[in-house]
Amino acid sequence: MKESNKGRAGGYNCVVCIKQVPDTKKVTGQAMKADGTINRAALPAIFNPEDKNALEAALSVKERYGGKVVAIAMGLPAATAILREALACGADEAVLVTDRKAAGSDTLATSYILSQAVKKFNPDLVFCGRQAIDGDTAQTGPQIGEKLDCAVVTYLEKLDLDGDTAIAVRDIGTGVETCRAQLPALFTVTEKFGELRPFEMRRVMKYKNAEPTILDCAAIGCEDDRCGFAGSPTSVNKIESVVLAGGEFKEVAATDEGIGGLVAELIKDHTIG
Amino acid sequence: MKNTQGEVWVFAEQEEGKLSDVPFELLGKARELAGKLGVKVGAVLMGSGVEALAKPLFEAGADVVHLIDDPALKVYRNKAYRHAMVELVKEVNPQIAIFGATHMGRDLAPSVASALRCGLTADCTDLQIGDYEDKKTKETFTNVLHQIRPAFGGNIIATIVNARNWPQMATVREGVMKPLPREEGRKGELVKHSARLDGVEIPVEVVDIVRRVSTVNLKGSRIIVCGGAGVGSKENFKLLHDLAGVLGGAVGGSRAAVDLGYCEHERQIGQTGVTVRPALMISCGVSGAVQHLAGMQDSAKIIAINTDKDAPIFKVAHYGIVGDLNVVIPKLIKAIKA
Repeated sequence: MKESNKGRAGGYNCVVCIKQVPDTKKVTGQAMKADGTINRAALPAIFNPEDKNALEAALSVKERYGGKVVAIAMGLPAATAILREALACGADEAVLVTDRKAAGSDTLATSYILSQAVKKFNPDLVFCGRQAIDGDTAQTGPQIGEKLDCAVVTYLEKLDLDGDTAIAVRDIGTGVETCRAQLPALFTVTEKFGELRPFEMRRVMKYKNAEPTILDCAAIGCEDDRCGFAGSPTSVNKIESVVLAGGEFKEVAATDEGIGGLVAELIKDHTIG
Repeated sequence: MKNTQGEVWVFAEQEEGKLSDVPFELLGKARELAGKLGVKVGAVLMGSGVEALAKPLFEAGADVVHLIDDPALKVYRNKAYRHAMVELVKEVNPQIAIFGATHMGRDLAPSVASALRCGLTADCTDLQIGDYEDKKTKETFTNVLHQIRPAFGGNIIATIVNARNWPQMATVREGVMKPLPREEGRKGELVKHSARLDGVEIPVEVVDIVRRVSTVNLKGSRIIVCGGAGVGSKENFKLLHDLAGVLGGAVGGSRAAVDLGYCEHERQIGQTGVTVRPALMISCGVSGAVQHLAGMQDSAKIIAINTDKDAPIFKVAHYGIVGDLNVVIPKLIKAIKA
């Protein structure tokens, strides 16, 4: 599709939403508190993996068609670390939405706050990672899209732009769909889009102490009762750590006799054969 | 408005006029929930020319099928489906709405919840009706939906409630709930609704869909041989295919095996892959990360083969063989063939 690479004069204004998350792959004994809940502080905080793919999508739009990329993170001031990473990779502007009023936000409240922040930048394209590894919900992206009332394209794998139209390839589980979406549009991006480009050394140095633009809920026009606990319809009733039942297996010797006996047992109870 | 007499809804996902497996699974659970609440089970069927699909939904447990048949709904599009669904919820006022945690369900459900400003819990592995006490306000809520899901990479199980803003919405993992046996000739009430899409601009046009021809059917297999990082190489994975071959089973892999390129992504078993519960699971060189166990621990029989006797996989196994799979699998094949 040659014509799909046309882009448009002036390029595209992109916003990418990124999140700092605890590295859930590193959950070990030390990261569990006595009551069975997780001690987030004991886990390294990382740039959510699929948000890196989302940033790559935004940077590739800028590279191919021109324009700019604004990275927005919502969270504690510590999230500045991933915003600096985004700047080092090529983002033009970094914004941190941080406010005590946002504490305890579920996906509905989070998507509301982020949508209010996104609106401030009036983007043509908004990118989010498909999901964050601490919750794995994949809800915040589509919910931002609903609030922006723009085209929503989830599971993005490939993107071309032609004027005010995005030609997107997305995974629909049972296959791959190609669609044309009118801008503005929001995309949730999976790892299939491609890895985030490496840092530019020059930019790493330039932005290593950069401070993001700080916005609080009031600055982006949020109604208080839609933020944080007040704006979150879901509540956690109970948390249990996963305890493996444990240990009651029948040991089978790795010998011809042992394995022959096991197979005979499985045939006898009709599991196999 | 909380409608305690409202129906329990299942989104009857279909593509190209064919229902997917997940609505049948969800209807099984919805019957249980609706039975406890003393209300009806409703299935929401959307598409174009799909009225004939109401019959299998009745036979799988729906009391009411809410049909929205409109050419604009022929292919799934977020805005069109979202709008039609939101308007239907406002009209009928169900108390619970559950969706499959498929690509479509995970696109539609959050959009609908956002528009209705109600809560949504993703990827549930169980749903129950129970009470809830808000510890802050001391309010007690009876008969609310307890939405149970793994979180934090599968390391914790959380129970989420949405006591105030109804409908209570959840997506449910595929393969987790059991469909009811089909009750032939079971009848229900078919209610036709308008999509109410007049004047609604839909900003997306689907140009083309290439369906994936899946050669792997893990969910439908009675026997699964599953490999992990401990298999060691793509070549060694052939041994697992040999074993599955003599057993008439399928081959699956842990996330580690998929990431290492030992097997294809569609074979992945676990929290981010497929949930399975075969009659027999033979787990080879799988250490047993909680994310993986979440997707297979309900298998009827589990045989674990691992060189590390302390591997967590043995905690869910019924039979354990501490040994090298390159030695054990050929012995298994030999014994089965004998």
